[in-house]
Amino acid sequence: MSAADQDWDEGNPERLYVITRGRRALAERTTFDLVTLVVSRAEPTPTMQPEHAAILRICGSPLSVAEISAYLRLPMSVVTVLLADLLAEERIEARAPVPKAILPDRALLEAVMHGLQRL
Amino acid sequence: MDFRDSETVLGPQSADLLPASATTAVKIVIVGGFGVGKTTLVGSVSEIRPLTTEETMTQAGAGIDDTAGVELKTATTVAMDFGRISIGDELVLYVFGTPGQERFWFLWNGLFEGALGAVVLVDTRRLEVSFDVIGRLEDRGVPFVVAANTFPESPSYPLDELRAALDLPDEVPIVQCDARTRESSRDVLMALMRHLYNLSAPPGR
Ligand SMILES: Nc1nc2c(ncn2[C@@H]2O[C@H](COP(=O)(O)OP(=O)(O)OP(=O)(O)O)[C@@H](O)[C@H]2O)c(=O)[nH]1
Ligand SMILES: [Mg+2]
Repeated sequence: MSAADQDWDEGNPERLYVITRGRRALAERTTFDLVTLVVSRAEPTPTMQPEHAAILRICGSPLSVAEISAYLRLPMSVVTVLLADLLAEERIEARAPVPKAILPDRALLEAVMHGLQRL
Repeated sequence: MDFRDSETVLGPQSADLLPASATTAVKIVIVGGFGVGKTTLVGSVSEIRPLTTEETMTQAGAGIDDTAGVELKTATTVAMDFGRISIGDELVLYVFGTPGQERFWFLWNGLFEGALGAVVLVDTRRLEVSFDVIGRLEDRGVPFVVAANTFPESPSYPLDELRAALDLPDEVPIVQCDARTRESSRDVLMALMRHLYNLSAPPGR
């Protein structure tokens, strides 16, 4: 195996298919960015799908969608489907990232530079 | 991971929690060829231990195989490392590392959508991947800077020679870095932010 092939991983398609019940993340992709911040607005319940419960449990403080994907060890495409379920039921709050602009706001850039300076 | 019990999912450690006031997140992307130091740079600047997210390739016509209707059977996943820097109580910066090779470009839609900009990390021993990446970023209109990671074995070229070799326009900043140190990695991100700031200068200045 060449070194570069390490990036590839076959995953377990059947498992992922079961978790999303075969749904695909098309519409959801537009709602959830990698850095949309998610916060729980409800407690997990025992009858809930375990993945939904896990999200509610770890999102007591804001977490980005990417972090949720990392902690659950599920691909983004699966996580966004799960999050869309929870959002539809108003069990989570989603804080959208700064809207896409041609170029970012200067005040935002100044804030980031200021933050980096302190690093 | 066994999901029969949601308790088996470990969330962030208490030291890694964001304050409830965190409302806005922004992202930047570190892109470069195999082994140029993307993960190292992300780790150097991140306040949390770098995490890994994965993305499945479900995009039709990605040129790998024809999977119409059965894409889940052949889903391929690619890992991306990322780190986090809290800028203040409300603003959080995420830094994603992503491989630059063309076969990973299917990741770029979700990644560059809304991103502030990119850092093209290059190893002076292997510039090939960087050509394609730079061309692709230019096509997509993503602002970027170039950072040459310093490996002991790499020949050290003056930056203007490197600029010429990469056929880089004058207005695109190019810096040298050591991805292993926080300060140097931070300076790379600063170079990008300054570049973005200059680009955003009000017209008619
Ligand atoms: N000397 C030196 N070594 C470095 C530097 N940055 C990274 N390395 C080393 O180079 C190797 C590759 O670095 P990574 O950060 O894993 O590179 P990467 O781009 O994430 O690699 P892939 O994700 O596998 O493509 C590691 O062994 C690092 O310790 C640097 O600035 N100087
Ligand atoms: Mg890496």
